[in-house]
Amino acid sequence: MGLVERKATHRRYAQAIPGAFAITKRGTAPCRATCPAHVSVQGFIALTNDGRYREALELFKQDHPFPGVCGRVCTHPCESACTRNAVDSPLGIMYLHRFLADTDRASGNPYVPVKKPRREEKIAIVGAGPAGLTCAYFLAIEGYQVTVFEKLPVLGGMLTVGIPSYRLPRDVTEAEIQVIKDLGVEFKTGVEIGKDFTVGQLREQGYKAFFIGIGAQECKRLGIEGEDYKGVYPGVEFLREINLGNRVHLGDRVAVVGGGNVAMDCVRSALRTGSKKPFIIYRRAVEQMPANAEEIEECREEGIELMTLTNPTRVIAENGVVKAIECIKMELGPPDKSGRQRPVPIKGSEFQIEVDAIIPAIGQETDWACLTDECACTLNDWGTMRVDKVTLQTSDPDIFAGGDAVTGPATVVEAIGAGKEAAVSIDRFIRGEDLFAGRRTDWTPVQDVPLDGLPHVARNPMSLLAPEVRKTNFNEVQRGYDENTARAEAHRCLECGVCCECYQCVAACKAGAVTLETHGQKPETITLETGAVILAPGFEPFDPSRFDSYAYAKLPNVITSMEMERLLSASGPTGGHLVRLGDHKEPKKIAWFQCVGSRDLNRCDNSFCSSVCCMYAVKEAVIAKEHAGDDLDCAIFFMDMRTHGKDFERFYNKAKDQGVRFIRSRVHTIDKVGDTGDLAVRYVTESGELKTETFDMIVLSVGLQTAAETVELAKRLDIELTPGHFAQSAPFAPMATSRPGIFVCGAFQGPRDIPQSVVDASAAAAAAGEILAAARDTLTVVPEKVPEVNVFNERPRIGVFVCNCGINISGTVNVPSVRDYAATLPYVEYATDNLYTCSQDTQDRMAEVIKEKQLNRVVVAACTPKTHEALFQETLMAAGLNKYLFEMCNIRNQDSWVHKHNPDLATQKAKDLVRMAVAKVGLMQPLKEAQLDVNQAALVIGGGIAGMAAARALGAQGYTTHLVEREALLGGQARHLFQTPDGAPVAARLDQLVADVSGDPNIQTHLNSEISAVEGFVGNFKTTVKNGAQEQVIEHGVAIIATGAVPLVPTEYSYGQDSRIVTSLELDAKLKADDPAIEELGAAVFIQCVGSREPERPYCSRVCCTHSIDSALAIKARNPEANVYILYRDIRTYGEREYLYKEAREKGVIFIRYSLEAKPKVSIENGRLTVRLTDPILGRPVEIDTDLISLATAILAPDNNALAQFFKLPLNDDGFFVEKHAKLGPCDFATDGVFLCGMAHYPKPIDEAVSQGKAAASRAVTLLARQHISTIGQVAEVNPALCSMCGVCVSICPYSAPSFRAATERFWPGRAEINPVLCKGCGLCVASCRSGAIRLKGFDTDQIFAQLFALNEAS
Amino acid sequence: MSKDVIGSVLVVGGGIAGMQSALDLANSGYYVYLLDKSSSIGGVMAQLDKTFPTNDCAM
Repeated sequence: MGLVERKATHRRYAQAIPGAFAITKRGTAPCRATCPAHVSVQGFIALTNDGRYREALELFKQDHPFPGVCGRVCTHPCESACTRNAVDSPLGIMYLHRFLADTDRASGNPYVPVKKPRREEKIAIVGAGPAGLTCAYFLAIEGYQVTVFEKLPVLGGMLTVGIPSYRLPRDVTEAEIQVIKDLGVEFKTGVEIGKDFTVGQLREQGYKAFFIGIGAQECKRLGIEGEDYKGVYPGVEFLREINLGNRVHLGDRVAVVGGGNVAMDCVRSALRTGSKKPFIIYRRAVEQMPANAEEIEECREEGIELMTLTNPTRVIAENGVVKAIECIKMELGPPDKSGRQRPVPIKGSEFQIEVDAIIPAIGQETDWACLTDECACTLNDWGTMRVDKVTLQTSDPDIFAGGDAVTGPATVVEAIGAGKEAAVSIDRFIRGEDLFAGRRTDWTPVQDVPLDGLPHVARNPMSLLAPEVRKTNFNEVQRGYDENTARAEAHRCLECGVCCECYQCVAACKAGAVTLETHGQKPETITLETGAVILAPGFEPFDPSRFDSYAYAKLPNVITSMEMERLLSASGPTGGHLVRLGDHKEPKKIAWFQCVGSRDLNRCDNSFCSSVCCMYAVKEAVIAKEHAGDDLDCAIFFMDMRTHGKDFERFYNKAKDQGVRFIRSRVHTIDKVGDTGDLAVRYVTESGELKTETFDMIVLSVGLQTAAETVELAKRLDIELTPGHFAQSAPFAPMATSRPGIFVCGAFQGPRDIPQSVVDASAAAAAAGEILAAARDTLTVVPEKVPEVNVFNERPRIGVFVCNCGINISGTVNVPSVRDYAATLPYVEYATDNLYTCSQDTQDRMAEVIKEKQLNRVVVAACTPKTHEALFQETLMAAGLNKYLFEMCNIRNQDSWVHKHNPDLATQKAKDLVRMAVAKVGLMQPLKEAQLDVNQAALVIGGGIAGMAAARALGAQGYTTHLVEREALLGGQARHLFQTPDGAPVAARLDQLVADVSGDPNIQTHLNSEISAVEGFVGNFKTTVKNGAQEQVIEHGVAIIATGAVPLVPTEYSYGQDSRIVTSLELDAKLKADDPAIEELGAAVFIQCVGSREPERPYCSRVCCTHSIDSALAIKARNPEANVYILYRDIRTYGEREYLYKEAREKGVIFIRYSLEAKPKVSIENGRLTVRLTDPILGRPVEIDTDLISLATAILAPDNNALAQFFKLPLNDDGFFVEKHAKLGPCDFATDGVFLCGMAHYPKPIDEAVSQGKAAASRAVTLLARQHISTIGQVAEVNPALCSMCGVCVSICPYSAPSFRAATERFWPGRAEINPVLCKGCGLCVASCRSGAIRLKGFDTDQIFAQLFALNEAS
Repeated sequence: MSKDVIGSVLVVGGGIAGMQSALDLANSGYYVYLLDKSSSIGGVMAQLDKTFPTNDCAM
């Protein structure tokens, strides 16, 4: 279901990068592909549909000079190929271009194409039929001097003398030939080449090329006895006589032999010239007749008999005059080469019919008298000219041929197609270009046009003269479409190609970016040599259309969560106004259904959990309430609420507080409530009660799945996939696929949220970097630096560049007047306006102007500095100016866009903005950015899995890395773990990792060590590492925090009172040690959320569900008889961990849910260990006697306060470090040069810890690889003379940039100073300084005031 | 280390993951080819409204 219509020419969204528009093409529409002239059919139909008839006709005439002729007599292969055939009936394509041609002719000002500049070369066209005329038309447009030689006294060939005028009125043909005359083509009629002139003579007269289009005008003979008697008229001759105006009457009974259009024309012409009973003799059945179906039908309407399955065998004459024709009956035998059934005579079925005349119309051939000796070209066995199929060149390089003369009798449109191709060849021949290069020969039509659910719309019939009115004269039978019919018919087009190829964009694009060549772009294969490949193909949202019970495809108010995102978005189809799609009513009640396309093997194949849907549904519910107000009722139907990410549980709790209802139930069916658009939902509550509720809207929380094309990609790349079609990887190398050198990240690695995708992405980058370190900086280029011009003490010379932004600004604002106004402002030396100031050519020009006019300040009045400031600053630098001598003012987003209806005021406002910018920039001083060397060593704090992974990644990339571990051993918490969910023992892999770290010469491990002091800042840290009494100062450029987490020591569930009550890690120790007691267990109980998701610890520890299930399975494996229970609140086996949950249920592990309010109770009575709780499904108390209780204890942050203070890092309420950005900076800190990974960030399993370790290393390498870093120029500066030493700046700065000068300093002791390297230019200190001692460079007080005063001037 | 190592990487997919990989690699001194089947990068994230749990705008 689409939310909005998108045009073929589009930008995906306003902020798309690249910001350029794209044109969607599905392929070539079958109509265009099939048409021999390849007319842009979909294009002219789209323009017709739009009422732009002139443009439509012009488009048609780009490919074909005879829209009126072909609109009447074409065999319309386009209609046979029309995709609409599969729906109802094809479009009346020829009727539509006939309408355009008739409209053009009636306008009194017919369209004549624009000729290109004159070329002197002369070209001779032999034959003024459709092929020759078309060739002449296109060559005349190219500017050539074209002469057409025609044997007959009239022009048009078969169009004029072959086709009767009731089908093709002469004035139609003449009008279209007139256009060719208007193009300057010269015509010589009554001249026969080979007789009056020869090709050789014409060559001598300077003709550079020839096109032979002499058609096939000689009627084929029947080849039967008596054919030469008087009264046998060859069909073509008969038609020619009539068309030349000679009266021919053949008698009453006329037998026309043949089943093609010529035969139909003959028989109907005979009727019109007074024959009472002309009829057709045809040897096959009606269905096999090559004539157009319309023609056959019109024959019948006119009372003409079609004598089919009949073949003439003899002409019987009396006194040399035809008297009768003898025929034989035929029957259809096996198919012949053409695929049609071969007619076979029925023996002895001969019969005679009395006739006055016989017209053979079984085909024509060519008279080749024009080919004289000086021509080298040859004929083939069928008496047609031998030419190259693509170029139509004959054996004479300067002679080209096409039409019936080459193909034998064929169609008008084929002749036109040939004339067009020959014109291309002749043009290239004369220019000396390759005749073949780049010629499109493959016209495969688009196949995959969606047809589902298309309504049937009948084809608009052609209006005809009534048979009784028409059959006695030559008046045109078909009357043509009127405008309304044409529009209605055009509207039926299915737009198979998406882009209709109307080429209006080519004319409209002022930047010249879209050309005909752009439209002709084809997929091309390019080969890249790279050192590694990273796969990040992402996911596709599950398509719920196949779930009939949710009726997504039928009910407009059932939408997917992706559609909900768009509905909530300010840039969405409703501008963020929450309405339902069916009737644009504001919903009062919305339900979300979870697990649509996830955790579901019955209705789809996705048994994994999609990991993100619970959280996004909660988010959507909360945002929906923000949009629609608190009254909006939001209900989320779910199985397990999986809010296992950092700060997610808090969000869930908050949503509950805000009134979002959470209903634990999987809804089976959605029913519509009459025609109200409302939706009824029946579900069973937790207590087993059946309820029905009505909602205004239902959102299906669709899962994430790998697209079929990605599965194909994986096959091509030969990488292994998991059962859920995600890339197979191992917990200790989650970014590595099964093929070395190919890495994976994002949702193709497994369903995951944005932060995890970002982590994995950096990890994959690190993994690629590890194998490519030797080639670092070998292929990248460094932009050349232009020396900076000293503008100190110079009078400001300001250049103002006002942007039109296409018509974005100039459509509203009078840009020239803004430009002229700018030129009058003080210090402005130069003002101009540009169509697109951001375009590359304007940038080049801007750099030139800066140098030429010696500008020292620049103002760009255009769009937003957010997207474009950096670009313009680069141009300044390229011209040698300090990049801070620049100011941008936004006359688009803040002016033309928002004041569309007030152009005068908008222009005034643009002037105001420009004046303010000029006032400010005049006071701008060049600012310096400090350059700092980056110390090339790294410090990793914490030797667990994440820290080791980070150290390995850094070491492998060649950076000296100090790994500091508090304990005597590396390994961290992983040393206590039994196995990873794939069943592999942790110990072996961990030992390998430790060995790798220890064996890496770039890694120095500091065991039993802690950090005692940190000095410095990004690029230059000095950290003191203390090992007992020993202290060592390490200098390093970056630091990675990987200090991990610790398990909670439980105080609940009688822990510590009985050795049978253990924590998860203690159970792991037993499993690792192969404790024989496991095999003796009668029952084991796992209690989940011990200390997690509690009011004092409102977060999920993420790993415990999977861990307990894994351990339960391990117990079951060793002791299948044991009764194993898992007591849980929500099972959170996210991603493909869900398979373990499923396996555990299958293996008989019993899952019983409990709530926070009714936790299980453990009792120890007389050595009997019992767990009691209430089963929520049975509603009854359950008592379990057990031999083991495993407590899934919460994961806690250790005391991180000291480290947090050393590096100025924030901690959250739970004691975990706070990353730079929850989504986009999960491994970074707001403090530059310090990075985060592992459980110091949040509880996580081994694969995620490895990934984040590598990711943190990757982030760190981006700094180390630069070798130098520059700070920003817009930093705060203290005027010490004014400083009152109050210390507010020192305490308020989030970056510790201000400090007090030492009391021992000679100047200004004790006053504040600001380290420009640490300052981020946020301005907090400036605003808080009560002495006015601090200024922010680039936003100086005088500059702000200058702007304000400048604004004031307006009033 | 082998001299044959090529200092460039092909990243298939210009969604949030592909973009992050590409940025990290480019900033680490490797030439990156970033491939996307659509006309602009951003992937699915660009279609989202807000992101949890901070309700930041996804753009």
